Amino acid sequence: MPTHSWGRIKGQEKDSKILHWRKDAFALPQWTGPVLAYGLGRSYGDSCLINGGTLIQTSQLNKFRHFDSETGRLSCEAGLSIEDLLKFSVPRGWFIPVSPGTKYVTMGGAIANDVHGKNHHRRGTIGCHIINLELMRSNGEHLQCSMQQEEALFRATIGGLGLTGLILSCTIQLIPIESPYIDAEMIKTTGLDEFFEIDRTSDQDYEYTVSWIDCMAKGDQRGRGVFIRGNHAKGGDLRSYSKQNSPLITVPIDAPEFTLNRFTIEVFNKAYYHKQFSKLKIVRQGFDPFFYPLDAIGNWNRIYGKKGLLQYQCTVPTNKVEDLKQLFDRIEQSGQGSFLAVLKRFGNIVSPGMMSYPSEGYTLALDFRNQGRKSIELFHELDKIVIRAGGKLYPAKDALMSALTFQTAYPQWKEFERYIDPKFQSMFWERVSTRG
Amino acid sequence: MVDQSKLAQESSRNLRAKDNELDKGKDKKEPHHVMIFGASSGIALEFARPFADRKARFTLIARDEDKLKDISADLYTRGAKNVAIVCYSLDALEGSYAATKEIIKQTEAPDTVLIAHGILGDNDELMKSPQAMDLLFRVNVLSPIGILMALEEAMGQRKRGTIAVISSVAGDRGRASNFAYGSTKSAISEFTSGLRARLLPKGVFVLTVKPGMVATPMTEHLPRSPLMASPKKVSRDIIKAISQKTPVLYTPSYWRLIMFIIRHLPEFIFSRLKF
Repeated sequence: MPTHSWGRIKGQEKDSKILHWRKDAFALPQWTGPVLAYGLGRSYGDSCLINGGTLIQTSQLNKFRHFDSETGRLSCEAGLSIEDLLKFSVPRGWFIPVSPGTKYVTMGGAIANDVHGKNHHRRGTIGCHIINLELMRSNGEHLQCSMQQEEALFRATIGGLGLTGLILSCTIQLIPIESPYIDAEMIKTTGLDEFFEIDRTSDQDYEYTVSWIDCMAKGDQRGRGVFIRGNHAKGGDLRSYSKQNSPLITVPIDAPEFTLNRFTIEVFNKAYYHKQFSKLKIVRQGFDPFFYPLDAIGNWNRIYGKKGLLQYQCTVPTNKVEDLKQLFDRIEQSGQGSFLAVLKRFGNIVSPGMMSYPSEGYTLALDFRNQGRKSIELFHELDKIVIRAGGKLYPAKDALMSALTFQTAYPQWKEFERYIDPKFQSMFWERVSTRG
Repeated sequence: MVDQSKLAQESSRNLRAKDNELDKGKDKKEPHHVMIFGASSGIALEFARPFADRKARFTLIARDEDKLKDISADLYTRGAKNVAIVCYSLDALEGSYAATKEIIKQTEAPDTVLIAHGILGDNDELMKSPQAMDLLFRVNVLSPIGILMALEEAMGQRKRGTIAVISSVAGDRGRASNFAYGSTKSAISEFTSGLRARLLPKGVFVLTVKPGMVATPMTEHLPRSPLMASPKKVSRDIIKAISQKTPVLYTPSYWRLIMFIIRHLPEFIFSRLKF
């Protein structure tokens, strides 16, 4: 059965292999290529898929290796999910330093995409907290990589889209917490200018900041939304919190095509905006609803129907606010509403990752129903605005960008190519590394 | 100023002294001792993890040292008090018997045992290879019997503990497609059934575990089906069955009904089925 990515793109692998033990990977030199590691399949586009060859399933490689309760350094195998990591670390008073919007990702996948979270302005990407990683190469090399040892390969592997070899395990520095709860504030914003204003004043005092935007709102309402900021709560009982173990509900089948249309999207966004009456709402909530609201709905990608969804996540430099506003205008004009739009400012902490996506600026993430040609046309227009502003797209989310767009935004790709393991390949890389 | 840390030390020492007095003659304060044969099997690791969270100590027996080391690292990280690993090939009655006796001599009798090793084999190939058929019966039947004989002695003397043995729904009726494997599991089901009755008065509980298809390395070559359960689900069921003293566990539970129907199909129908 072929694998799918989260955006429902179909993999073309011939074969798949499940890794149960680190030593299973020592046979990598004997496997017929091309190969690619596949964790929990939360990449939206085609970066986790392969055309022909063997997909290496890593999610069973999920054992802990070591934990130092004094320093908070955790070593684990690469298939361990953030969910399992937190189940272990939260009762012990430690939290993952950087968390993406879902806990259903493996550590290997988090490293390969150098994921970011709501605290990028404080802590950078997850790659900034990886102390070392164990890498298996198809020439038989079995390496420990860190900033002190095999530095170039370490930098290439962080954000390296799984192409530099097979990540078998890693050591991550966790952050101490006193409580499993987050003190969160939700502030209704009237437009983008207010977002910029609140964002500027929140950086100092809040570990986590992010904003949901109603991108169906027009005119002077453009960019209105809810700004969310929070900190880990102080004090309290680490074990008091009963975690959300599995999704509360699961979408059993693909929703029909018409489920998400201009009207329903507009109603949903309006309802979300007006759900909160007051300007400011303060709540103490568990880390699950704060970080992973969508994980409460299993297979939520099915809401987008059989054709799946397309994510568009881009970054534009901080001084290109006009281009950011233009992106919103263009989407509004296209009539292809984004069901969910998220805006966040990346800080200036630089990741060790050679191909890392985040860099200082505003990052905008949008979900669209896949409408084929119409979507492609819109995306390519947005690409033009982003590239002109000196911005870039997030490979983990992308399914459509052209080789030229990628190569312009990531000029270091040629340098990176030298570190790619010759046996590794992905549909994404085939697409973006063609020479025009 | 009162020295807080000294005070804390002092009081904990007092507490410990009291505990020791209370537990005189009993080894109640000892960590729970879990012994797993075939520790690198798909179900074994998931079974061990909750015990590690509760700071148990382990004796793990399997062939492959690298795998045992990786499991032991996981269990230590989760909180295991101690993990002893024994590299041994469990494929003969006398060998398994002697090894188990020696292991118990060195690590003491266990509180909870899981016997989880086994091979599946391909029925057609097994029918063509006497060596492979011999190995199948040595690993799946003779070795567990050797282990159980040694355990009966040691655990019977201590008058407590649980022995969970992984059999299979395949042992309930020999089917055309996998009767070789099925008959090894049938032997295990019957052996443990009798042993349960024999050990009951001695306070030792024997649990026969009959999983359906489980997504483990053993079944990796088979197509995934909706009936296939995760090792996590199966191990959770085993732990529950141990605490509730369920004698025969079908896991997941729908297999009890499926196997009831299969067992009761008239022979003239059953013998024509090729599944």
